[in-house]
Amino acid sequence: MGTADFVEIVVKSLVIIWALLTGFAYMTWFERRVIARLQSRVGPNRVGPSGLLQPLADGVKLMFKEDIVPAEADRALYLLAPLVAVVPAIMAFAIVPVGPSVTLFGRTIPLHLADMNIALLYFLGLGSLGVYGVVLAGWASNNKYALLGGLRASAQMISYELAMGLAVLSVVMLAGSLSLVDIVNAQAGGRWFILLQPVAFLIFLVTMIAETKRAPFDLPEAEQELVAGFHTEYSGMKFALFFMGEYIAMIAISGVAVSLFLGGWRGPFAEQVPILGVLYFFVKLVAFLFFFVWLRATLPRLRYDRLMHLGWKVLLPLSLANVVVTALAVVARDTGFFGLW
Amino acid sequence: MTAEQVVFVLAAVVTLGSALGMVTTRSVFVGALWMIAVFGGVAALFILLGAGFLGIVQILVYIGAIAVLILFAIMLTPRVMGDPNAPRYNRQWPLVAVMASALASLLVALVLRTDWPLAQEGAPTITGFAVELGKGFMTTYILPFEVASVLLLVALIGAIVIAREE
Repeated sequence: MGTADFVEIVVKSLVIIWALLTGFAYMTWFERRVIARLQSRVGPNRVGPSGLLQPLADGVKLMFKEDIVPAEADRALYLLAPLVAVVPAIMAFAIVPVGPSVTLFGRTIPLHLADMNIALLYFLGLGSLGVYGVVLAGWASNNKYALLGGLRASAQMISYELAMGLAVLSVVMLAGSLSLVDIVNAQAGGRWFILLQPVAFLIFLVTMIAETKRAPFDLPEAEQELVAGFHTEYSGMKFALFFMGEYIAMIAISGVAVSLFLGGWRGPFAEQVPILGVLYFFVKLVAFLFFFVWLRATLPRLRYDRLMHLGWKVLLPLSLANVVVTALAVVARDTGFFGLW
Repeated sequence: MTAEQVVFVLAAVVTLGSALGMVTTRSVFVGALWMIAVFGGVAALFILLGAGFLGIVQILVYIGAIAVLILFAIMLTPRVMGDPNAPRYNRQWPLVAVMASALASLLVALVLRTDWPLAQEGAPTITGFAVELGKGFMTTYILPFEVASVLLLVALIGAIVIAREE
């Protein structure tokens, strides 16, 4: 690995981290404004034009909050939990291609950090690490509401991970690769996998909301019954870190969903004009994020037994059946079965 | 030392140190957390050996599913979780000591007897590792693979039977 490659990796990592942190800040503004509009309110509009400086003000406020650690808490784990919630979320975005290759300073630079042949497994693995932030927070706080929140989170994420993995598997079988770059390339010419795999898309859509613990699956932090669930005892920047983890996970999982089902950065003339590809990717990403917010403003929270019922008795069998049908179709395609007819 | 060796030493220290932490802690919950660190260290060793697929699967299955279930079970049973002053040994410790030393000597004997193949200098890393693994499961090792699958299925059905309301 030459110096230039090393510099490229460092620069890309810094750009991704910067973009995710900025995205997180403006996601809070976006969510508050959109929900306000959906509920016939105005939302934050005082700090800066249209309230655009509100995230900055919130950040400053949270920095200066008193940082309280409960006396009976397990101190080391209490401090570790918010970090465990944020780091996997940031790492997950490394595999998402945000555009075609660009030529800069005479170098061809692909617009993704890592093209691994196990990218999607890496993504699912990081997703399962994310639950530890919640579980550790719930346990270390030494608070029964927090513990209940942690318990709910672990049960929920295990239940929905399986269906998500199987939904991803259907797409992987069609594309013949676990790499998101290959999967986006397989969707060239408008053959988006949402058209070939509508069932997998719906399953992924439901499970991605459950995995990010967003409404209507926000039982780990159900405020009416658990105060604030796993982050009841957290304040100041540590409290903010949990939100950072949640919002960045939303952005990363939306990026993966766009690449899996909506053709990633692909669109008219994106190959000739790379900046268009980035723009297409961004527009699709925002569409998913809007969907997250829209759901939160629309649907009431699921009851816990309904949540388990949906995960194990509806989504899992459905995704298994989808995998079987897809496998048959792929075999038929590869052996020229349809050609014989 | 090359960068690879540094990473290897780090991963080995994390694995062994966490294993030590796991057996010496008094809290079951903290012990389970140390075990997760052990799994992570082993995953790093797999990746270092060029078996990235196995490394990620190690994280996905052991850290992401099995360990979460263990923590879940511990959190549901406050009697196990509480009391950090519980005695470290119970009456059965001599028996356990004998069993553990027997297992340890067996493992040491096996490790010493095995003729470990060494990679040649500049040997190519394993490419298409996942492909080879998948093919192996479906051809050479299909019987053990299927037996393990049936065993898991039996465990699954057993769990449902136990949990089922009459």
